[in-house]
Amino acid sequence: MDPVAYVMVAVVLFAIGSVGVLISRNIIILFMSVELALNAANLVIMAFAKAHGVTDGHVIVFFMLTVAAAEAAVGLAMIITLFRNRGTINIDRFSLLKW
Amino acid sequence: MNLDLVIFAVSSVVAIFSAIMVFAQRNPIASVLYLILSLLSQAVLYVQLGALFMGAILIIVYAGAIMVLFLFVIMLLNLRGTEDLGLPSHPLSTPTKIIISTLFAVQIVLVAGRAALPPVTAGMLVEPDPTFGSVTEVGRLMFTEWVYPLQLTGILLLIAVVAAVVLAQKERSEDEPVVTIDQAGGPADPPTEKVG
Repeated sequence: MDPVAYVMVAVVLFAIGSVGVLISRNIIILFMSVELALNAANLVIMAFAKAHGVTDGHVIVFFMLTVAAAEAAVGLAMIITLFRNRGTINIDRFSLLKW
Repeated sequence: MNLDLVIFAVSSVVAIFSAIMVFAQRNPIASVLYLILSLLSQAVLYVQLGALFMGAILIIVYAGAIMVLFLFVIMLLNLRGTEDLGLPSHPLSTPTKIIISTLFAVQIVLVAGRAALPPVTAGMLVEPDPTFGSVTEVGRLMFTEWVYPLQLTGILLLIAVVAAVVLAQKERSEDEPVVTIDQAGGPADPPTEKVG
């Protein structure tokens, strides 16, 4: 298998993740779509690391997993706070900063 | 029939299908389970790319820890997918979102289709390179060339934990007594002073 095939799969996954971010109205599902797009980026890095034969890409993916864990913790804490203050998970209701 | 091709095809189809199902149905718990399925398929792709260690890490850290955090929050908020999300704020909102996101997806796929990489064969049945992607090599790189980013990642995790606690903690009102449990594990003494 050529690594380009893996890049194409990752690109499709990223596109699906961005579609989910745009069209979902449940804030938790939106957050999961963000995670999906992040993982697609990881898969691209893996394919590039294989194509160039260097292991550094794996270390970068390891750091990205760590950042994703931190991001999930903070994001879910924000979701809990939003739900506690507003009582809803509809993303359209959180429009305080919208002009 | 090439077995590697079969494994690649099956796992990528499963990954893409379950990624679509993450937002194509309403129940958030089912979304989390579909995302875990997608991650497992991506771990198979990682292993095919010679990244045994990172495939294991993806399953342990992502599917094992982060997704449990998602499940925990969904169950804490008691979401069942039956919430009334109401109508969209504008009648043209949903078609516009779908058109824009589809155009965006097509654009990314077209651009990435021109990617030119050095031709390397990947797969589980390819003769493995003992120095590529092993735990030894990843650990060596992580503690030599990438040691400063590793330290920064530790600081980032500390900041994230503190931030999550501060964000999710309920603000205590002035006249609410603090419940304490004494060392013996018995019932706490009635609070004598108010802590604000």
